[in-house]
Amino acid sequence: MELNDLRSVFTVLSVVLFVGIVWWAYSDRRKKAYEEAARLPLDDDSPFVPPAPQVKENQERKSP
Amino acid sequence: MQPQATYNYKVVRQFAVMTVIWGIVGMLVGVIIAAQLVWPELNVVEYLSYGRLRPLHTNAVIFAFGGCALFATSYYCVQRTSHATLFAPGLAAFTFWGWQLIIVLAALSLPLGFTSGKEYAELEWPIDILITVVWVSYAIVFFGTIVKRTVSHIYVANWFFGGMILTIALLHLVNSAEIPVLAAGILTPKSYSVYAGVQDAMVQWWYGHNAVGFFLTAGFLGMMYYFVPMQAGRPVYSYRLSVVHFWALIFTYMWAGPHHLHYTALPDWTQSLGMVFSLILLAPSWGGMINGIMTMSGAWHKLRDDPILKFMITSLSFYGMSTFEGPMMSIKTVNALSHYTDWTVGHVHAGALGWVAMISIGSIYYLLPRLFGKVQMHSVKAIEVHFWISTIGIVLYIASMWIAGVMQGLMWRAVNLDGTLTYSFVESVKATYPFWTIRLLGGVLFLSGMFIMAWNMLKTIAGGQAVNAPVLQPAAAH
Repeated sequence: MELNDLRSVFTVLSVVLFVGIVWWAYSDRRKKAYEEAARLPLDDDSPFVPPAPQVKENQERKSP
Repeated sequence: MQPQATYNYKVVRQFAVMTVIWGIVGMLVGVIIAAQLVWPELNVVEYLSYGRLRPLHTNAVIFAFGGCALFATSYYCVQRTSHATLFAPGLAAFTFWGWQLIIVLAALSLPLGFTSGKEYAELEWPIDILITVVWVSYAIVFFGTIVKRTVSHIYVANWFFGGMILTIALLHLVNSAEIPVLAAGILTPKSYSVYAGVQDAMVQWWYGHNAVGFFLTAGFLGMMYYFVPMQAGRPVYSYRLSVVHFWALIFTYMWAGPHHLHYTALPDWTQSLGMVFSLILLAPSWGGMINGIMTMSGAWHKLRDDPILKFMITSLSFYGMSTFEGPMMSIKTVNALSHYTDWTVGHVHAGALGWVAMISIGSIYYLLPRLFGKVQMHSVKAIEVHFWISTIGIVLYIASMWIAGVMQGLMWRAVNLDGTLTYSFVESVKATYPFWTIRLLGGVLFLSGMFIMAWNMLKTIAGGQAVNAPVLQPAAAH
């Protein structure tokens, strides 16, 4: 088998792998996990506008 | 009670502020070279001549402005979606100062005439080594934070940022392989590429197009997948589409480079391969754009009075436009008309100003108040003005370059009945003058918007205080 055959095999494998990823991503099994994942940045309970006096810049180093 | 651990916002603040500063510098250089095309007498000294300022402009806007925006947003996003502070904070600080040093060195060496002559990779070998060190540190900080995460899932935006970091490392190392010149036994800052001939051209455009695909696309898509949902207050339209979007880009982008070398010494099959993969790219690009825009589904009314969302959604529209235009231009017969003309310049700026700059500006407007303990920017009205002035600027820019480009392409290929060329080159230059003037106006408008942003930023910082949000404890995680 020469190098170009390996290249063809690699290309075909890549396509198969990609189709597999699409099938996996759209399978019902992943539905719930993805709904949760999509909410991940929004379900962020740390304040987005932290209260200024309590948490100041110079406390960054002291924290554990 | 021990003070609660906080996210490392310091490095995010530094990069966010420098994004605006370098944006102004890079776009100012762009305006200067646009003016030099209209008034050539502005080429006063060799150091500030068009040939030396042009690479300074591209490096400044891509790597200084775009780079700082990527560092700021990725460091913010990876912390907040991993519920963990940055790994190796000392190294994170080093990435900031190291990246700034690289930018300053570029701003000095390019006008002095030090260049390797590779587009978007002009910097000479000592700076290339520094870039490698800083980039590897970036990778350690970013992936270290992912490893530290206290949530099980790695949010999709981090996949895009991570893909960008890995691919840029690979591209930089391969394309910048070069041999320094020894003069009288002394190492000089000058080097030559290890590649020669058509291989050199192919490696360069494999690099060049993937710099577009991974630095200017994947990285900024990471921004989109975090900041558009956050600003809209809604989860991304389809998470499974975002997963397919990611892998589709990874599998196809790498092959599109040869479309920069149509009708050259590059083998024909390689050109056709590049063209086909560029056409395939339309699918993931539009999938991603639709995913971003449809995140607004059910909340379109928010666009009416939120200028930050306007920036983000308009950026996605420009992303859709330029990722439609790109594949069309990669078709050989279209490329025969468009290549080497200002159409390419217009296409690049639809992507650079419309997509990259606008999504960055929107994301930085989202970040700044949160980094300085404010609910919103000092002036929301000023953001609105910024949005309209930059949108008008982009439209003037790309419309004038489309017309100029098609005109140049038609003039260059026009032949008389006896087979001689109808126009001399200088006639096409003369015909382009009015369009270069309109382009200059568009650039001035876009730059003016950045000044408004800088004013707004300074006012927000002056009225605020540097704050860090507390890290979300694992127990509180969902």
